[in-house]
Amino acid sequence: MDFTISAADMAFREEVRSFIEAELPTDIARRGQHDYHSARDDVRRWMQILNRKGWSAPHWPAHLGGTDWSPLRKYIFQDELRRARAPVLDRCALDLLGPVLCAFGSQDQQTRFLPPILNGDVWWAQGFSEPNSGSDLASLRTRAELKGDHYLVNGQKTWTSEAHYADWIFALVRTDPAAKPQAGISFLLIDIRTPGVTVRPIWSIDEGHTLNEVFFEDVVVPAENLVGTAGMGWTYAKFLLTHERTTSAVVSHTKRDVDQVRHLASSLSDGGGKLVDNPAFGAKLARLQADVIALEWAVMRVLHAADDDPSANTVASLLKLRGSELSERAALLAAEALGDYGLCALPDPEGHHILHRDGLAAPLHDDEAIGVTARAMFRRATTIYGGTSEIQRTIIAKSNLGL
Amino acid sequence: MDFRLSSEQQALADSVASFCARDYDFEHRRLSLANEGGFSPDNWQLFAELGWLGAGLGEDAGGYGGGAVENAIILEAFGRALVVEPFLACAVLALQTLAALPKCDVRDQLIADIVSGEKLAVLAHNEFEARGDVELVGMTAFQDNGQWRLNGTKQLVLGAPAADWLIVSARAGPDVGLFLVAPSTAGVELVPYRTLDNMRAADIHFAEAPVHAVLALPGAALPAIRLGYAHAMTAMCAEAVGAMDAAILLARDYLKTRQQFGTPLAGFQALQHRMADMLVEAEMSRSIVFQGLASLTDSEPERQKAIAAMKIVVSSAAMFVGRNAVQLHGGIGMTEEHPVGHYYKRLFVIAGLFGGEAFHLSRLASIGTGFW
Repeated sequence: MDFTISAADMAFREEVRSFIEAELPTDIARRGQHDYHSARDDVRRWMQILNRKGWSAPHWPAHLGGTDWSPLRKYIFQDELRRARAPVLDRCALDLLGPVLCAFGSQDQQTRFLPPILNGDVWWAQGFSEPNSGSDLASLRTRAELKGDHYLVNGQKTWTSEAHYADWIFALVRTDPAAKPQAGISFLLIDIRTPGVTVRPIWSIDEGHTLNEVFFEDVVVPAENLVGTAGMGWTYAKFLLTHERTTSAVVSHTKRDVDQVRHLASSLSDGGGKLVDNPAFGAKLARLQADVIALEWAVMRVLHAADDDPSANTVASLLKLRGSELSERAALLAAEALGDYGLCALPDPEGHHILHRDGLAAPLHDDEAIGVTARAMFRRATTIYGGTSEIQRTIIAKSNLGL
Repeated sequence: MDFRLSSEQQALADSVASFCARDYDFEHRRLSLANEGGFSPDNWQLFAELGWLGAGLGEDAGGYGGGAVENAIILEAFGRALVVEPFLACAVLALQTLAALPKCDVRDQLIADIVSGEKLAVLAHNEFEARGDVELVGMTAFQDNGQWRLNGTKQLVLGAPAADWLIVSARAGPDVGLFLVAPSTAGVELVPYRTLDNMRAADIHFAEAPVHAVLALPGAALPAIRLGYAHAMTAMCAEAVGAMDAAILLARDYLKTRQQFGTPLAGFQALQHRMADMLVEAEMSRSIVFQGLASLTDSEPERQKAIAAMKIVVSSAAMFVGRNAVQLHGGIGMTEEHPVGHYYKRLFVIAGLFGGEAFHLSRLASIGTGFW
């Protein structure tokens, strides 16, 4: 056993940090301090800067625009991006669709779709959930009928993040209604501006707009937009949800959020002293820190393990469950640190998605407070999206404990 | 980083696991406990012959070239089997404290005697008021015609009833020293008792008790004691991980066989989810023990932070897993006859030993800046 990070990896971290310090535009960095959903233009500008360096999708295979970095270096890269509060990139394209296209897409699809993703020119949304197919995703009903050289798509997707920004959507559609639920599903790429596609906003409890409903009414999709083989969509979706074993822990995000709580608690008053010296609050923060450290070491175990290491596979299966809990806890503790103002609607000077522009936001007493309560509300979703905690527990009980 | 065991470490793990499987089932453990001292001297000699007592000590310090990882390997396996021999007290806490002291004849001989199984020595440092604060020493030492003498009381000294030597911390003015005392010396009164997990400890009263030798002059002891405790806490947390693993497997197997409502309990989702949460707690504990191991070569305050964070996570996980392992067994889990309650009791003791969650939360909160 050896728990040291090699000098070469430390130097790599320094290289990434210096690059970000030199290249991340100051206006984008400022908005990154305040916002938990990045504006599309910020993301595009930042993607183009990263792309010039060849760093916009380090986790893709090198020959398709990625890198041959070790898992640890990919983690360090993400950790430094979060440390600098760089914009959160188009995860749907980079983390979900990209790896599927790299593994199962045709050469034509790779050539056509991957480069615009790398340059931030084309934005993707994920069309999986439906109004009646949430945890029971395999029951999805959006139909795609093959009519010669095209599919005719009818149905509805929901909880579609950033679909209002998206140019394209990758969707799970039912191509064979007669087959067993999982076997009749295919993976289809749909231009969101095709006639018959309608995107409607869903305002969430953070008073923000990131979620959407997407309706499909007799939408014509060229048959060449099918990824891989018809009927294999479920397999590809499972690959997409599991191939990157540590991202779902969101540990780098949560570390930064804990730093922010500490910063707030050190600067805000509590009675005669500072909040950070309130023993009860200090204990909650310490408990959160300890849990995040355990999570990060769990991530380290996975990053350094061989693919067939059973112990690492077990811990990998727990990361989403624990990571999502800690993510919300950090956001709630930041709101708690704000005290009375953590109970109020706070202004969002950068605001690009606020529902109630009614002039009734609370006075802003600390720059760091921007976006804190909204984030605390939005993070209520962490244990719901990407497989609810209940689904995660059932999977863990079956696959790791044989129950 | 590399989380794999070396071939020597794997051989050690295999050797400890096969001892526990062959010679330490629950019935063997009962026999060990029935010995007068509460453990088996034969097992202790076997540990010495197998090289386990010096496995966690570098060669320059008189061991076999290993370190904290070796102790964690041994104690994780011991946790699975609920081994009651005082390995943690003697071969980790006392030995690592000694190893951190400057070389001298008395120290070197004592290390050699511990490693060979010749003598059993324990660190008599803990006092009731400390509640986990390693810095607290109320006992006093004074010189009387060139002879150091000790006054005061040590409490919950693990393994003390069987000890040939006591390594006692005491204060001369503000400065803490370490003194070697034979338990049979006049002025030493040892009150042995059982802890909840059926292991042995003692309160020890010193009334102008003469010391046999000075191991560290006043002012030179605390750094070694701090490091000794950091090693012991890490090894103990590894033991907790082993005990949690075993308790989880017991509960899992019970759910698969116990039938209620005409079906195995394993099919009930409420119970499946409880077990999933137990596994999360155990795996987070296993993960943060690696951080504890990594911190042992750090300096203060990094090491102190790491150890506090580890103990917070492991104490709370130990209680969660231990309590729920009993819960999932229902009434049978409440019996002295069934092993699961004994896992709970060991985990309960570990959760509180060397400071519980509350102490380490306040410690981490007070030193927690610049954390990652």
